[in-house]
Amino acid sequence: MAETTLDGKRSPLARALVYGPLILFAAYFLLPLVVMLLTSIKSMAEINSGNLLSLPTAPTLEPWRKAWSEMSGYFLNSFIIVVPAVAISTAIGAFNGFVLTKWRFRGSELLFGMLLVGCFIPFQVILLPMARLLGQLGLAGTSGGLIFVHVVYGLAFTTLFFRNFYVALPDELVKAARIDGAGFFTIFWRIILPLSGPIIVVCVIWQFTQIWNDFLFGVVYSSSESRPITVALNNVVNTTTTAKEYNVNMAAALLAAAPTLVVYVLAGKHFVAGLTAGAVKG
Amino acid sequence: MSSLSIRNIKKSFGNTHILKGINLSIEAGQFLTLVGPSGCGKSTLLNIIAGLESPTSGEILIGDRNVNKLSPKDRDIAMVFQSYALYPNMNVRKNILFGLEIRKVPKAEQEEAVQRIARMLQIEALLDRKPAQLSGGQRQRVAMGRALARDPKLFLFDEPLSNLDAKLRVSMRAEIKQLHQRLKTTIVYVTHDQIEAMTLGDRIAVLNGGEVQQFGSPDEIYNDPANRFVADFIGSPPMNFIPCEVVGSPSQGFGVKMNHEFGDFVLETGGDLKPWLGKHVVLGIRPEQITHVVSSRLQERGVSGHACPVHLCEPTGPDTLVTTSLNQTKVLARVRPDSAGTPGQTMDMMFDMTKAVFFDPDSGERLRFHLSQAA
Ligand SMILES: Nc1ncnc2c1ncn2[C@@H]1O[C@H](COP(=O)(O)OP(=O)(O)OP(=O)(O)O)[C@@H](O)[C@H]1O
Ligand SMILES: [Mg+2]
Repeated sequence: MAETTLDGKRSPLARALVYGPLILFAAYFLLPLVVMLLTSIKSMAEINSGNLLSLPTAPTLEPWRKAWSEMSGYFLNSFIIVVPAVAISTAIGAFNGFVLTKWRFRGSELLFGMLLVGCFIPFQVILLPMARLLGQLGLAGTSGGLIFVHVVYGLAFTTLFFRNFYVALPDELVKAARIDGAGFFTIFWRIILPLSGPIIVVCVIWQFTQIWNDFLFGVVYSSSESRPITVALNNVVNTTTTAKEYNVNMAAALLAAAPTLVVYVLAGKHFVAGLTAGAVKG
Repeated sequence: MSSLSIRNIKKSFGNTHILKGINLSIEAGQFLTLVGPSGCGKSTLLNIIAGLESPTSGEILIGDRNVNKLSPKDRDIAMVFQSYALYPNMNVRKNILFGLEIRKVPKAEQEEAVQRIARMLQIEALLDRKPAQLSGGQRQRVAMGRALARDPKLFLFDEPLSNLDAKLRVSMRAEIKQLHQRLKTTIVYVTHDQIEAMTLGDRIAVLNGGEVQQFGSPDEIYNDPANRFVADFIGSPPMNFIPCEVVGSPSQGFGVKMNHEFGDFVLETGGDLKPWLGKHVVLGIRPEQITHVVSSRLQERGVSGHACPVHLCEPTGPDTLVTTSLNQTKVLARVRPDSAGTPGQTMDMMFDMTKAVFFDPDSGERLRFHLSQAA
């Protein structure tokens, strides 16, 4: 055990022992990102001659410009899919969680159990039946179809998040509101939702990352007009017509990853807080 | 006119019967306390009165109106919860006004209500705070304020003081009693604390195992318990229960035999115990009926002095609790501190049998006797 002084601070040696390996691990994980960043601002000539980790001699934004011109349309496609899918699945998850914990009905536990199974169904299993369903609904190949798939697939998770959060809220809150005269929707809207901040953050980050990074559903259910960025990235990278442009590929990959990174950086703190948030006091 | 009638209310969850036919009725303006050990179904009964749960069978009448089919909001009730259940996202003012706002009470009236309640409960300075910024006692007040805002027919309190520390509990108890005297509203108050039940209630219902053990005034409950459970539950320190044999004769009067390590004696009773002559009963006698000897009282009927061994002395301040042992049962006496004996020796104790009660040793039911004819 590391020595601890009275105020809880570790001795310098113990601190070095803890932080040393941590810094090493962090560097190890960050290395690919560094390589990508470095590569994305080098010219092809420099890449072909130099070493992977060397700093660029003549930094250029040209690869980024090219990547953006190829990807921007798909960037927008992804947003068109992700924003509504995240919003809808989060909203329905909150609603489900509320009903399953505070407005129970006969069989609600069973329903929850069945929903949970949804968390364990691998993507591949539903590919064919979902394709059929989308065809019958007339949504095949559209952004709407992809939104639908992501909402359905995300529901199990969002419901689980909200249910576990709401279970910790005291039932008496709802009882008090019912006696005060509030109905189902008023209680949800005025009492429960205002307390849901932390779990909404968790849910939005989770869903955003999942849906933005999805490749399988995107490649299977999209058409050329509704193609999300992950699929487009694959096409850019795997193009066979010209020589491989590693710098453009790296810039494109970073562009595709940027939104999830931004979301984590902005809301990551709340993500951790939300995951560990317990009952509301008071 | 009765303000609340509970008629044969039963509640079962599957095969577990939580309430087994509750009958209670109080008049408008009365303060009913429901008291009983944890898990006896008090909260369940209160939730049924509120309409938050529905009974398996039976009827609830509020002011002569059957409310079985009404939802909580239409029953004209207000409720204070054990955890207070203040809305964490709203400040004190909004908490108090939420019910009025939902019912679309005009703004001016709302403002008036909040001022009146804030003044009454002395929470004017707290109106803009969130519940998380309040102390336990302040939260308790706000929870009461929320209940008072609507001026309902019936108030329901579910152990509202059990989260407070002992001192605050005593002062809030007095405040609730004063509030009731001032407002004269009908209140049903759940507690597991027998002192709260005694001090607050006009009427007390003692519950155990989903049944009403006794329903009566605090005086009846304390002095005339229906069975051993009630006698044991109400009163602190609790009543002494001493198994003993009935002796005597119709002409000489009856008594119960006591023995301890230094000898034995007979406590005379005023009742006609003939049916139990030679059999065993359980004598119930409260600690304050076993005291130091006051010689002037020894002449009174049913009062007698006997030497008893002292096992333990516990000073409480005003009295000292002396433990002795009669018929191999631990017995507590409440004596004046300066007359408490020394452990290991004997002291003279005065037994006042006028309020003593007897129980069936098997069923625990109260045994009632006519006054004996003999002198
Ligand atoms: N939904 C339920 N399903 C099954 N049993 C229940 C349910 N709700 C309550 N009970 C049981 O009913 C009994 C009475 O519960 P209740 O909450 O009314 O007790 P209480 O007298 O208020 O106790 P306490 O003083 O601890 O609050 C308990 O044994 C409890 O386990
Ligand atoms: Mg309870």
